[in-house]
Amino acid sequence: MTRPTAAAMPSILRRAFPWLVFLLALTGMAQMPIMKRYSISDLPGLGWLADFFTTHLVHYALGALFLFLLSWALGATLRSGVLPRLTVSGMLRAGLIAVVAVTGILRVIKNDPGVTLDPYFVLAIDWVHMIAAFLWGLAAIAFRLARRGAYTHRSQRGG
Amino acid sequence: MSDPPRKLSRRAFLGGLALGAASAAAPGAARASDGYGKGGVHGRRAEELCAFLDISRCINCQQCVYACRETNGHKFPEPKKPFPKMYPNKVPVEDWSERRNVTDRLTPYNWLSIQTAEVEWQGKEYRLHIPRRCLHCQNPPCANLCPFGAARKLENGIVRIESGLCMGGAKCRAVCPWQIPQRQTGVGLYLSLMPRFAGNGVMYKCDRCFDTKVAKGELPACVEVCPESVQSIGPREEIVALAKRRAGETGGFLYGLEDNGGTNTIYLSPVPWEVLNEAVDSRGKHKPDLAAKPNVMANEENLASAVFAAPVAGLAAGVFAAAKSIRDRKGGADD
Ligand code: SF4
Ligand code: SF4
Ligand code: SF4
Repeated sequence: MTRPTAAAMPSILRRAFPWLVFLLALTGMAQMPIMKRYSISDLPGLGWLADFFTTHLVHYALGALFLFLLSWALGATLRSGVLPRLTVSGMLRAGLIAVVAVTGILRVIKNDPGVTLDPYFVLAIDWVHMIAAFLWGLAAIAFRLARRGAYTHRSQRGG
Repeated sequence: MSDPPRKLSRRAFLGGLALGAASAAAPGAARASDGYGKGGVHGRRAEELCAFLDISRCINCQQCVYACRETNGHKFPEPKKPFPKMYPNKVPVEDWSERRNVTDRLTPYNWLSIQTAEVEWQGKEYRLHIPRRCLHCQNPPCANLCPFGAARKLENGIVRIESGLCMGGAKCRAVCPWQIPQRQTGVGLYLSLMPRFAGNGVMYKCDRCFDTKVAKGELPACVEVCPESVQSIGPREEIVALAKRRAGETGGFLYGLEDNGGTNTIYLSPVPWEVLNEAVDSRGKHKPDLAAKPNVMANEENLASAVFAAPVAGLAAGVFAAAKSIRDRKGGADD
């Protein structure tokens, strides 16, 4: 998995990014009632995956961290004044990430006790969030296998 | 007790439906009448429909139970048999289609069930009957946590499950503090997808007669049919005021006002709910209990602010870090 473009970001955060995304995908998938059905939660140490509230909370917390890192990358990029030249695969994934992030925030808004959103809109954000996350995962794997995992052109990659 | 609840309920209800009537006259009428409500965001909780049930009036005649079936029977599942073999084979089949007459618990064919509690309280004997169905929570975990957007809350406060979208995974039942929604295997969307590997039918529960009655400006069937006027229904604010007033007048106890963060069903009992909870048959599965329920979405509600703050904090931190690294580089070059 590739890292967000932000030379300014401490390397520990950049290294943690793929793990963060993996855990988000895992807790996201655990929102569907499949962990128990497929006995994944019977594996040692994975019992928590069958608890919808635990996985939902973890997804929220990791989601907050994910949004923090994304906007860090965005803020640092804007401040540095050098806009990155994204590769085609980078552009595609950045677009999917943006969709996942925005629909994720909308889902949190939907769960606010003071807000009732139009059911059709809720339906749309639920499915778009799920499908965009799924496509991002597919794209990440496919580009990785094709050795086109980089987000930016080589000349722009920081250390 | 001089209150004429039936009249009051009608007045309160019809007052509350001014909103519904307005939307029925508007171009969105078709959607309003299919119960989806108008589009847009709102936070006008006062306009949510709320029911008040004075259980001391209920005589267990079961008329509401049968009226519910009659009014909503066309929504009941007609499963295809044999059911597809499911993988792995431990996945439970839940079939109520041969037991449609069951009334002593909630099923896909019985959305309202009467519980009875015989208790002694302060030296007095009571035999109380409690109509049980979905409470229509204000922040419903069943709808919030449905991964497919099939369970939803309408702007009039009604919480319903769209049977055309439900996959029957029963997550709504798992997260509902009262385990209200009930599953029927062998119906719904999953049959057209991967019936062996995902999904298991459709979940059913009280939808407050959202289409058959409420969309037409009528009272829900169970409210209307009750010979004892057990239920009143209307805008939440008015019903909450009514419930509190009646509790004050009778020295009674309320349930649902704060439970699970607040529901749009408020019960009044002459006996404390802990006492009733001990006495009702809620030990069998799917017979909802009467214990006080904390808000199961409370942690999410707290964490939400972190989610909203994260992008702002991240942006600021990123700008700051970039500025610092630029400064450092410049400083390095100057040395
Ligand atoms: S009582 Fe249960 S099914 Fe009804 S709205 Fe609340 S969480 Fe959903
Ligand atoms: S409100 Fe309608 S659907 Fe709900 S229990 Fe009463 S009759 Fe049944
Ligand atoms: S119709 Fe009224 S009195 Fe009869 S069981 Fe239902 S709530 Fe009780």
